[in-house]
Amino acid sequence: MWHDLGLALLRIVIVFAVALFFVAYLTYLERKIIGHMQVRMGPMRVGPHGLLQPIADGLKLFFKEDIVPTEAYRLTFYFAPILCLVCALVLFAIIPVDKNFMITRLNIGLLYVLSIASVGVMGIILAGWSSGSKYSLLGGLRSAAQMFSYEIFLGFSLIGPLMIAGSLDLVKIVEAQKVPLIVYQPVAFVIYLIAALGEINRVPFDLPEAESELVAGFHTEYSGMKFAYFFLAEYANMLIVSAIATIVFLAGWKGPVLPGWLWFLIKMSIFVFFFIWVRATFPRYRYDQFMGIGWKIMLPLVLANIVVTGIVMMLV
Amino acid sequence: MSWTQFFFYVFAGLSLLCALMVVTRRNAVHSAIFLIITFFFMAAVFVILKAELLAAVQVLVYAGGVVSLMLYVIMLVKAEEASQVKQNLGQIAIAAFIALLLALQVGSIVYLYFAQKPAGKAAVEALKYGGNTEGIGALLYTKYLFPFEVASVLLLAAMVGAIVLAKNRLER
Amino acid sequence: MYQSISPYIPVLILLVLALAFGVVTLMVAWLVRPSKPYDEKLSPYECGINPLMPAKIRVPIRFFVIILLFLLFDVEAVFMYPWAAMYKKLGIWGFVEMFLFIVILLVGYIYAWAKGALEWE
Repeated sequence: MWHDLGLALLRIVIVFAVALFFVAYLTYLERKIIGHMQVRMGPMRVGPHGLLQPIADGLKLFFKEDIVPTEAYRLTFYFAPILCLVCALVLFAIIPVDKNFMITRLNIGLLYVLSIASVGVMGIILAGWSSGSKYSLLGGLRSAAQMFSYEIFLGFSLIGPLMIAGSLDLVKIVEAQKVPLIVYQPVAFVIYLIAALGEINRVPFDLPEAESELVAGFHTEYSGMKFAYFFLAEYANMLIVSAIATIVFLAGWKGPVLPGWLWFLIKMSIFVFFFIWVRATFPRYRYDQFMGIGWKIMLPLVLANIVVTGIVMMLV
Repeated sequence: MSWTQFFFYVFAGLSLLCALMVVTRRNAVHSAIFLIITFFFMAAVFVILKAELLAAVQVLVYAGGVVSLMLYVIMLVKAEEASQVKQNLGQIAIAAFIALLLALQVGSIVYLYFAQKPAGKAAVEALKYGGNTEGIGALLYTKYLFPFEVASVLLLAAMVGAIVLAKNRLER
Repeated sequence: MYQSISPYIPVLILLVLALAFGVVTLMVAWLVRPSKPYDEKLSPYECGINPLMPAKIRVPIRFFVIILLFLLFDVEAVFMYPWAAMYKKLGIWGFVEMFLFIVILLVGYIYAWAKGALEWE
């Protein structure tokens, strides 16, 4: 028993450290990539090519004054960012980076991700409410309707691939793919990507924090480490969403020549780059357009995808 | 006492404690937060009982879904008012009746346990299919097909009900 | 994966670690960070002016309807996961059942659309 516990702990420490490192450098990568897309240099001052920028940012936030507005509801104000962060970090537990490297393997894998992510949304709503500011409240309200709706489409888009893979276990899903599932499920793949953008509040669907309308939305009143938690959670969620896309649609660690974990990281970084690229390219959607796309186009499409997948699987 | 038992008692006790906090907190938001935590501990109990799918559903639908409705209502209330919301609405009779029903139900299960009668066969059947997910999948869509389809009608009724409730406001 | 422990034990350890990371970092930061509050700094942000009224808004009923719809579709999705995982073994009847299930719920969806629950203006 102690051997297994030690092994689990070792894996947790490795994944935890690597995940935090990735999340920190993701912020750097995003600024750098968007900078170059807009013909700027991005961060350049701290270290060569600004490589130490995330560390400087982290330190700065760590030493920042912690402001709790008078109107805020103190306990909930502190609870919300912690809930967001914990829900994002705990998701790393079941990501199979390689055939034999993951913290743990659950046979409800995919449902675990969806259910924990749905609780993470609560953090954003609570943050919006407890700040006691109008902008935060509006941001929280928007995020409630937005993230919940897009969670539905995200969940439905994974059912088609699930029918083919025949298991909720992430390892089995990868092993079931002789050909990456994106070939059989292109519609589900596109809907998954769009729903993921909505679910993790990225541009063009970053309505809860739309800076031109709501200042910063649900985290207007947050500063210092509490703000950093929202930031970390957002980028961690981006990694998770990319990892799930890699596992379900691109056959995870499978690939010729290179070792499995490298394939996994390469495929995952394609999605991460895509999310950053989208941010540099698209303007923000209006709220009514955004909800319209979801409920009037994506939902019928994704249900049709399930039915069509069912019929085709019957015939083949 | 084995580790499984130990974890069972810890999580069961904590979920009871949190449930108690849910009903005793004056502040509605604190109630909601404790409710989320309660559902998490209950999910842990389900995991210990090898009902993994049920645990995931518990978190997904209850902690992630039902509490969201609660939070939505709470968002309409200002922070200071949240602690002054009237919680006793004179529905003690109804509450007592429901509590009595629940007590009877729990009592019957306890009785069945002590009378050494099996409480149900579904769990045993489900285990034949391997895991909880496979078991539910195999049984719900074959043997318990009718309740499953009835559930969809129930959901339809709820959906129509929600629209009807809000209809006057939706049509201008 | 692990022979002698439940696969959920590592999840529990990670949960405790993540929670500890969140709380401890906040507490350590509390020791080193400055704290010089004054009224203007602590007032809710309102683009530079003093807040005119407390943050309380009347929320459109649409949000409520959308969250209710979410809840119902969430339950529907939950029914679908075990079905999808077992689909290959359920055969033609499995398909017919779920088709009926989806059709019944589509009636409610079309009703919601027709009544304008999905419109935002």
